[in-house]
Amino acid sequence: MLRDVSLDVPAGSTLAVLGRNGAGKSTLLRILATLLRPHAGEVRVFGEALPRRGFAVRGRLGLLAHDPLLYRDLSGRENLGYHARLHGVAFERVEEVLEAVGMGGRADEPVRTLSRGLVQRLAVCRAVLHGPALLLLDEPLANLDPAATELVSPLIGRGCGATRVLTSHDPQAALAEADLVLGLEDGRAAFVTSPDKVDAAAVKRLYA
Amino acid sequence: MKTVLTVLRKDLLLELRGLETLPAMILFAIVTFVIFHFGLNRDTIDGQLAAGVLTVTLLFAAMLGINRLFVAEREQGGFDAFLLAPVDRSALLVAKATALFLFLVVLEVIAVPAFGLLLLGPSLGPALAGLIAVLALGDVALAVIGTLVSAIAVQTRARDLIGPIIGLPLLLPALIGMARGAGPLLVAHGSSGPPGKWVAILALYDVVFALLSYAVFDFLLED
Repeated sequence: MLRDVSLDVPAGSTLAVLGRNGAGKSTLLRILATLLRPHAGEVRVFGEALPRRGFAVRGRLGLLAHDPLLYRDLSGRENLGYHARLHGVAFERVEEVLEAVGMGGRADEPVRTLSRGLVQRLAVCRAVLHGPALLLLDEPLANLDPAATELVSPLIGRGCGATRVLTSHDPQAALAEADLVLGLEDGRAAFVTSPDKVDAAAVKRLYA
Repeated sequence: MKTVLTVLRKDLLLELRGLETLPAMILFAIVTFVIFHFGLNRDTIDGQLAAGVLTVTLLFAAMLGINRLFVAEREQGGFDAFLLAPVDRSALLVAKATALFLFLVVLEVIAVPAFGLLLLGPSLGPALAGLIAVLALGDVALAVIGTLVSAIAVQTRARDLIGPIIGLPLLLPALIGMARGAGPLLVAHGSSGPPGKWVAILALYDVVFALLSYAVFDFLLED
């Protein structure tokens, strides 16, 4: 449940959403991804009102959620090939992103046989395959070791060029990435501010 | 059309890899024929009884496929991934219904000759063309209604229960059409073609549910 959350995210910037489990972070991301229909209020992505104009937004956003959205019995390459066809992306792009995350050599193994970290790398590939202008990143670095984090950084990190909305349970890491911070407490906005104005005590209260 | 083929190709690949649905449907049908063989205490059956046994067996075997049709989408995030793509959502309906139709065709390619060997008295040969027409029309109904029901059931916790509870009443007219259409074909020196009335009813039922499914499927995908 989300209530009284009101903010604008400028194009190209990063919004970090902080809050404990159940605060509404994933719900916010699913609404922005057009996967959840808000009961009230106004949501606009790229200036298009959701959910009415959802069709104009889909394909321009990439979602990296807790679930990798990959079929376990298919290989990484087959999964990405499927998503490439759905998004009308050339197959060369599949190889490009696989190489970028160091998965070129293991892309033919069924997803169910891969470690969580490798699956997360594939999930990153899926989320950025079509070059989305908006990235919705729910705990994007979960299960990734420092080397893998470095590999995916050009695709989903600050320099990727997309507008980003990211959630994290690690406030310090999220603040370092953010241009704007939303603190969520039981579905309500506890604060919306720039990272340098975030009160450490307020952040602590969010996770209390 | 491109999206339909993309989803269909993925579904067939998943079935080839997992072999979770088709073998179960085929095994179920053959075991059911054996059960009927002993349950009816008859070496052979023909006419309307044979048509009833065949169509009821195919219907229940189809329910296994219907129950599993959207499981990978639900459990592995396929719904979300599809909904995030800039594609026509009804392509999922068409692809899933086509996949189920193909599963039913494969099932019948094995189950109908097995039925001919295990239970049916008269030879299948003269009835085959008519039987194929009736089964094909019935399969369209099973595929379209089954896809619709499966899309509803998979959103619930009791999907294995909801599928048959909603699906079987909706499929009853198709079952009647298939059984009545096939009955005259499965007698010695019987009719060479299925009764036109039942073929027309089956075809009409197919068209009505295809249009209905197309109209409501989009709403079923909303969270």
